[in-house]
Amino acid sequence: MNWRFELDRWSFRIVFAAIAAVGMFFLVFPTIVVLITSLTASEFLQFPPKEYSLRWYWELKDAVQIRDAATNSFVVAFATTVGAIVLGVSGALAIARSNARWAKGLDMAFMSPLLLPQLAYGFAALMMFSLAGARLSIWLLIIGHIAVCVPFVIRTTIAALAQLSNSLLESSYSLGAGKLYTFRRVTYPLIRPGIMAGAFLAFMSSFDNVPVSLFLTDPQIEVLPIHLWQIINNELDARAASAAGVLIILTVVLLVIMERLSGVTRYMR
Amino acid sequence: MRRGSTFNVTGEWQLSLPLALFFALFFLGPLGLLMIVSFYAEPHMQTWGTASQYVQALADPINLDVLWDTLVLGLKATLICLVFGFPLAWMIAHARPRWQGVLVFLVILPILTSVVVRTFAWVVMLARRGIINESLMTLGVIDSPLRLLFDETGVLIVLAQVQMPLMVLPLLTTLQRIDPNLADASAVLGAGRWRTLWKVILPLSVPGMVAGCILVYAACVTAFVTQTLIGGARNIYMPLFIFQESMDLQNWPFAAALSVVFMISVLLVVALLVSLGRASRAQAA
Repeated sequence: MNWRFELDRWSFRIVFAAIAAVGMFFLVFPTIVVLITSLTASEFLQFPPKEYSLRWYWELKDAVQIRDAATNSFVVAFATTVGAIVLGVSGALAIARSNARWAKGLDMAFMSPLLLPQLAYGFAALMMFSLAGARLSIWLLIIGHIAVCVPFVIRTTIAALAQLSNSLLESSYSLGAGKLYTFRRVTYPLIRPGIMAGAFLAFMSSFDNVPVSLFLTDPQIEVLPIHLWQIINNELDARAASAAGVLIILTVVLLVIMERLSGVTRYMR
Repeated sequence: MRRGSTFNVTGEWQLSLPLALFFALFFLGPLGLLMIVSFYAEPHMQTWGTASQYVQALADPINLDVLWDTLVLGLKATLICLVFGFPLAWMIAHARPRWQGVLVFLVILPILTSVVVRTFAWVVMLARRGIINESLMTLGVIDSPLRLLFDETGVLIVLAQVQMPLMVLPLLTTLQRIDPNLADASAVLGAGRWRTLWKVILPLSVPGMVAGCILVYAACVTAFVTQTLIGGARNIYMPLFIFQESMDLQNWPFAAALSVVFMISVLLVVALLVSLGRASRAQAA
């Protein structure tokens, strides 16, 4: 064809491919940097390291504070996930099956924790708990985390319910099955991938939460992201790198497992 | 059919009660309290019912600067995400199915990786003797190392990188829903690639852009970890400001007023983004 057609086609391809490549590179590169940096043999962190060793991974076994914080984070994230599933799935069932205006309003309201600055919520929750005379504990931290993590479960469960055909439920009812039985044998098996995807997101987001934990933790109940944040902010201990490396590897493994089990990436768009 | 669906609707609203109760008690409750506390006149909360905290928060130019810097920081980072995220989402949407899975996986992985970890990577890279300064110096672009850490440019780069997936994913969904025949029709009618992009693809992807922008913006303005680790003590944004006032200085009413102002301004920007999206869609239609 003519040169203008070719120019248009090629300039478009080159510009888009170049920008996309830069974007992709920037997305992936930092993760690789952390992994490589964590393999340094020296006392201070640099990329790329001059010598490589697994030394800092080995040192993690004696890092009591990091391990305690990680344990706390794991317990909190697990309890948060359980709470978010119970509240989120039941709420989603009610919202998704109703066309009423209140259901739409509730749907919006329950999503608001994703939009409002979480830090303001964390501060507000701290004020409420301490004005009510409650002492900070792991339970209050879990409550705060549920409030900001439950939207993930609601969203994925509603998405899964939207694909559930009503006629399946009607067949079940007309064959004499009760509501609970229908839920157990029809609804639940079909929406389980959605619930699992939401649970996974809630777990990861609780495990990584800083803005709420910042207010609802104290030196007695430290959580991992805040502990790492302090390490990086203060002395830049090389063990922060190996702890980060462990987190990256665990995240990749979990994501691959969850993708196999529930196709979690479908629910993240 | 109709009988069946009415049967489904009735008697299930009770299922939302636990969630509604929890939400009212532990989400709306604290936010309501935040409002109430913001109207106390002094840190030990004696006299209630004055707007003096708001006056103090909004009258001092330094406070306004912090608020303004935070809101603008979010907008700039969102814009960077859009500029890089759109072509990336477009390339993924037009990649071969096998590659698509891998690319989506690579986009999603960073969201699930801890924000502290991702920011930490940049602390290492942006350092005085970090890889960015070293390579710029080896290439002869600069003579002495740039100060990238503890500088707003650094915060901007890192925020954009950390939050990029939140832009790419909604865009990808929208782009994949666009009927490929539309682009073909545009080509057959003689429009080039760029013209098709401007006239067909971009207007149709407005919903994804708006969704992505809102998510990225909300995440950027409240990104405490990135702001503090990369910005350092000299670049103060609202989250750190609220944290200092509430926890270090124990001035709850003032911190509450700051939080309310911060929340309302973030919601206003989000509303602005939504209405911008509506306006451009109305114009396209």
